[in-house]
Amino acid sequence: MKVLVAVKRVVDYNVKVRAKADGSDVDLNNVKMAINPFCEIAVEEAVRLKEAGTATEVVAVSIGDKACQEQIRTALALGADRGIQVETEGAVEPLVVAKLLKGVIEKEEPQLVILGKQSIDGDNNQTGQMLGALTGMPQGTFASEVVIDGDKVNVTREVDGGLQTVALTLPAIVTTDLRLNEPRYASLPNIMKAKKKPLDVFTPGDLGVEVTSHLTQVSVEPPAERQAGIKVEDVDQLIDKLKNEAKVIS
Amino acid sequence: MSTLVIAEHDNGSLKGATLNAVTAAQAMGADIDILVAGAGCDGAAQAAAAVAGVNKVLVADNAVYEHQLAENVSLLVAELGAGYDNIIAPATANAKNTMPRVAALLDVAQISEITSVESADTFKRPIYAGNVIATVKSADAKKVITVRTTAFDAAAAEGGSAAVEAVDAVHDAGISSFVGEEVAVSDRPELTSAAVVISGGRGMQNGENFKLLEGIADKLGAAIGASRAAVDAGFVPNDMQVGQTGKIVAPDLYIAVGISGAIQHLAGMKDSKVIVAINKDEDAPIFQVADYGLVADLFDALPEFEGKL
Repeated sequence: MKVLVAVKRVVDYNVKVRAKADGSDVDLNNVKMAINPFCEIAVEEAVRLKEAGTATEVVAVSIGDKACQEQIRTALALGADRGIQVETEGAVEPLVVAKLLKGVIEKEEPQLVILGKQSIDGDNNQTGQMLGALTGMPQGTFASEVVIDGDKVNVTREVDGGLQTVALTLPAIVTTDLRLNEPRYASLPNIMKAKKKPLDVFTPGDLGVEVTSHLTQVSVEPPAERQAGIKVEDVDQLIDKLKNEAKVIS
Repeated sequence: MSTLVIAEHDNGSLKGATLNAVTAAQAMGADIDILVAGAGCDGAAQAAAAVAGVNKVLVADNAVYEHQLAENVSLLVAELGAGYDNIIAPATANAKNTMPRVAALLDVAQISEITSVESADTFKRPIYAGNVIATVKSADAKKVITVRTTAFDAAAAEGGSAAVEAVDAVHDAGISSFVGEEVAVSDRPELTSAAVVISGGRGMQNGENFKLLEGIADKLGAAIGASRAAVDAGFVPNDMQVGQTGKIVAPDLYIAVGISGAIQHLAGMKDSKVIVAINKDEDAPIFQVADYGLVADLFDALPEFEGKL
């Protein structure tokens, strides 16, 4: 079984991103970039399926400019077999990413596609579901467990009240939640080996997709700042403040 | 203009999140219909018909919609949505699962988790874990939107008398099925709609110690939450997680216990009206957003707090 795993280059999760002073966009100058944490979990899950003998090949795909090859190499160092970059410029909306991934799926014909549930820049949480609609595949979103069972995959999903398990007919799409697995660190020898693994580059045109834009970012602004309050001396003072000043308990 | 609001419900009853989505729909100034898709969902449909300001309730009552499988429900919503300018749902786990599928079927963008309606085509939404608020304008004729429920007041649950209309469309994609679920049963209020939330973090040290929060939660009528660190450490289940990738809450009172205050956690609770932090590390970032900070060992402070409430 071939597994396709999508990875995105995003601002490192430790960076506190700010709006530019003129409100035109976020300020990403000299900011550390990394693989989106949910995508890293997706790569790990695919590699584990291969190590378990369930998957035969793991292909890592990223949509973006040349810099995203770095994140594809990260996926290769973690154990993916080869990479595909779809070369785009600037921000690409989830719907277009889904169309491009559909194009890759038509070439590669994977049985399982694993993506992160959301990227920590746009916080959209859309691409996997959109890809499901476009390809007609079923989806197991926000996965905390993935079990291949013949021509089906059972996915346990993190939902509002707890957990839900669904059975999906392969080929299927899975989007990862945080507790699906704990990604490994790439070893130095594997990082070196990753540099030699094949990486193909396609344009959207190669995949028959036109890059369009449905949304315009008009402006960005910082959120309403919360002022730090006071430190109370003890529990008595805390209760007094909550009762008599904030009036949130009686 | 017309708007279709997708109801969040458990068949028997309508979930409060639907009411927040109705308010967002009202801000767009369009006529509002509600879709209740489920099985044996008459209870939810009747509740939806009573919501103030709703024209019509569409009810798709069929076994194929019982568990809200996205493959089936998205086909239904895309079909019904053809007749509407806007399709809006509260950003619950169900809607997050289904709505992008609807948007792709209709070949339009989805605008996720809006926090304000600026005009019929322009919205605000948080990005980068809420560190930045973006204003986005949609060029699509039809808009598919999810609503951050904490940013909109609930519409009145009573006072309306919408007509209830059955929808016959049965969409069974035949590619997914429900296997089972583990749903936490609790007498406490729901995390996302509770007036008071008390959350524990890594400082709680283990799941057993979350009992220290229970007595306080009982006295305050509070829901109990947790930071990602506490969930990842296995202290408590994932549905208790508050944060960027967990639940977004904005109660009247949020009490953070043994939580350092990573930006990912703050993203889930910083719109709370009053924030209390109890932490023994006086430099913990949580104190920068807390209205009242108590630097103390939680194992001393919590029993005292409970005793004196």
